Amino acid sequence: MGHYVPHTDEELATMLASMGLSSLDELFEVVPAALRLASGLDLPDGRSEFDVLDELEAVAGRNRTDLICFAGGGAYDHDIPSAVKRVAFRSEFVTAYTPYQPEVAQGVLQALFEYQTMIARLSGLEVANASLYDGATACVEAINLAVAATGRQTVWLSDGVHPTWRDTVRTFAAGTGHDIVDVPLSDGRTAWPETGEPGALLVQFPNRLGCIEDLAEARKVADRTGALLLVAFDPVASGLLRTPGSFGADVVVGEGQPFGTPLSFGGPYLGLFACRLEHVRRLPGRLVGETVDVEGRRAYVTTLRTREQDIRREKASSNVCTNQTLIAVVAAIQLSFLGTAGLRELALRCARASRYTRESLLAIDGVEPLASAPTFREFAVRLPVNGETIVDRMAEEGFLAGIPTDGGLIVAATEKRTRSEIDAYADAMRKVLQ
Amino acid sequence: MTIAGGRATSIPLMGRDEEPTIFELSAPGRSAARFRDQDLPEWSAHELVPADLVSEPLHLSEASERDVVGHFTRLSHRQYSVDLGAYPLGSCTMKYNPKLCDDVASLPGLANVHPAAPAHLTQGWLELLVGLGDALCEVTGMKAITLQPPAGAAGELTGLLLMRAWHEAQGRQRTKVIIPDSAHGTNPASVTLGGYDTVTVPSDERGLVDLEALKAVLDEDVAGIMLTNPNTLGLFEEEIVEIAAAVHEVGGLLYYDGANLNAILGVTRPGDMGFDIVHMNLHKTFAVPHGGGGPGAGPVAVSERLAAYLPGPVPVRTGDGTYAWSTPERSIGRVHGWHGNTLALARAWSYILLNGGDGLRRVAEGAVLNANWVREQLRGHYDIPFDRPNMHECVVSARNLKKAHGVKALDVAKRLLEEGFHSPTVYFPLIVEEALMIEPTETESPQTVAALVEALIRIAEGASEADREAPRTTPVRRVDEARAARQLIPTFDARP
Ligand SMILES: Cc1ncc(COP(=O)(O)O)c(C=O)c1O
Repeated sequence: MGHYVPHTDEELATMLASMGLSSLDELFEVVPAALRLASGLDLPDGRSEFDVLDELEAVAGRNRTDLICFAGGGAYDHDIPSAVKRVAFRSEFVTAYTPYQPEVAQGVLQALFEYQTMIARLSGLEVANASLYDGATACVEAINLAVAATGRQTVWLSDGVHPTWRDTVRTFAAGTGHDIVDVPLSDGRTAWPETGEPGALLVQFPNRLGCIEDLAEARKVADRTGALLLVAFDPVASGLLRTPGSFGADVVVGEGQPFGTPLSFGGPYLGLFACRLEHVRRLPGRLVGETVDVEGRRAYVTTLRTREQDIRREKASSNVCTNQTLIAVVAAIQLSFLGTAGLRELALRCARASRYTRESLLAIDGVEPLASAPTFREFAVRLPVNGETIVDRMAEEGFLAGIPTDGGLIVAATEKRTRSEIDAYADAMRKVLQ
Repeated sequence: MTIAGGRATSIPLMGRDEEPTIFELSAPGRSAARFRDQDLPEWSAHELVPADLVSEPLHLSEASERDVVGHFTRLSHRQYSVDLGAYPLGSCTMKYNPKLCDDVASLPGLANVHPAAPAHLTQGWLELLVGLGDALCEVTGMKAITLQPPAGAAGELTGLLLMRAWHEAQGRQRTKVIIPDSAHGTNPASVTLGGYDTVTVPSDERGLVDLEALKAVLDEDVAGIMLTNPNTLGLFEEEIVEIAAAVHEVGGLLYYDGANLNAILGVTRPGDMGFDIVHMNLHKTFAVPHGGGGPGAGPVAVSERLAAYLPGPVPVRTGDGTYAWSTPERSIGRVHGWHGNTLALARAWSYILLNGGDGLRRVAEGAVLNANWVREQLRGHYDIPFDRPNMHECVVSARNLKKAHGVKALDVAKRLLEEGFHSPTVYFPLIVEEALMIEPTETESPQTVAALVEALIRIAEGASEADREAPRTTPVRRVDEARAARQLIPTFDARP
């Protein structure tokens, strides 16, 4: 049989005969004849793994990976240590299913427990789940939680949230009927309305322009209006900045890609989700808890399962089943590798590279800051030429210059960017703008 | 006991000491982190951001590289996996995935590409996505596809939002979506999030949708029906054409939950059965490993009339042979922050190229052969509530053992762990008492399937009260789930 079906012809014949069948086709007699494909699928025949790898290497070669990356927008170009790659991709982690039988799944369960602890600390909240799909869909889940908790359908959505995440929020609101109200930025920070009765405020920290939002102010607005404060954060920022939880966030979501996952053209990434303990019964997705086995040995298991779709069905807190466990395990390993000192150092190095890049760009004629609010590792500049054109021209110079935005470019720098790369980037920008 | 393939009792999985958490393994001041030399000014925290925003260093763990690697390697030894042995979880399609797919997912030319890079810099990725999308349309018999949904449930909700957008465009207000009582829990949960009410139809004595009961609930309020075919009993819905006609008759749409697509690859197609919207679980059928619970990928393919509503942007091949992003005219909007779980999509594409059209059909043949053989062998040892030719999985019941010996499906599952196999799915579908849902998959050899069957028979024959003690040979024994929920400890910091 085919490449990965191990049965020999003889074995096939024996198995069929033992069931009184004489051909494989007879296995499908329950399928009405009119529905059976007469001549098979219109796809090429199978090939050897070596041919397939050759072809895909050639395809991959048609992507530009030589560009030095100054783009962010929720996807950051970080170094990934060999130890993290090697251990995370052990096949015991890669080829396991959801831990339905905890006795033989303590490895994944404990790694998730440690991951939940780390994400709870990074967000400054009491409980984190075992992952969601990505930052965008984590925002959707946060909104669903807030609407259920407050009984109010209106959501104030800051324009500082990544545009694709806002689009995703709006897509799903068509099903839930939530009323999504866009809240504009003023000089790089969210300008909340004076009045209204929202169920939730969703703000990004730092926001899409890189600006550090005033979460103390957002908390006041939430208190005044009776809304929950939902914060989409950059988890790397917690290496340097106060956590969203310390400002009183009720739910913290974010994109966990920076912790050990390559850029990957956008996925699989990692949806972070943490909340205050009082909301734990509305938590979406899986949650691992510590317990003991019958002999009193420490053990881990998925818990508060009655929230979930397989038990609660149409009344579940979310429809999530398959999540991003492996990427959560990667993040746990990367965060263990970084540790207390490493996380601080990582955040500092991102901030330094970003500041140096910003100063280098602002020294160029015609480049202006897009906002005056303080930034962390990403910032926005106004340029005399439109952002898309700049990105195209800068690619010719060997750089992925950033992410175009209205009137300019959003630029990010990480611990991976060196002085010589940044100097070359600024020189290229000067050339391109002339 | 004979020596038979595929059992994991031969490995030293069974260390009995607990592994401390990484936090307990920490020593103050230790760190594994190293950084490249950036040659930049060493501005301090206070020079970089306003002082009132700077935190104390956030406390994580403190361990050396060697300790981190040791810790997670030991954790990996406390984990069952497909690469270790058979994993016959019904509905989950835990087959062996070719290692080539791992290599493809780590090609630097795919892994090191920023998702915001414009199309002319990422032609390889767009070409790959178009190739995969076309192949999946061929496999399902559909016309257009979105690759954005990151899992099956996300695909379901995407499909329901497509349904909603389509009905609204026809000027119709529909309120209900029908699902059979054997449906997976994500189906009704997605229905709610799609803004619809769930109406459940019963299965008949054959284990199939009761066509008369279905017709009785079909009316002008019905937006559509969600089915998986074969259904969660592993049985092919033989009246699917009649079902499709009846649903279409009232203006409803048919949604295909592709969790069980492995059974019909190259044999028949949802599009030919009359389905309008199809999601696929690439992490079941197309070699995306489950990663301990994810990530997956749940592309959604649709018929011609729904193409204009797909989430955008979608990758397309242009007239001059280059690739571009294009947003369908009436797109419902994005369902993912970027382009979906793209590296998982690359794995799936390599799997399709490896197998080809001929190989994919063999996948279905092998899967259906193994599953029917299991049912034949278990007859007489377990109750088989719907004893008729099945597809890729069979559902048996432990109710005979429960009655005679007080041994439940859960006990059988735990006993099987002692026998060196992962257990089947238990207590699903909900309509079968003490259900054991067994999906051997096509990649297990006849020897392994025989060893699995022998173990299940040995368990049935030896069933006794003592089985409630199982498992006795695993890293931990039965865990106290009630206590976990009662005294919630969701983080290390919440420990008493
Ligand atoms: C029948 C069925 N439908 C839907 C799903 C949901 O898919 P996912 O877990 O990818 O969200 C699953 C698997 O978990 C399933 O078995």
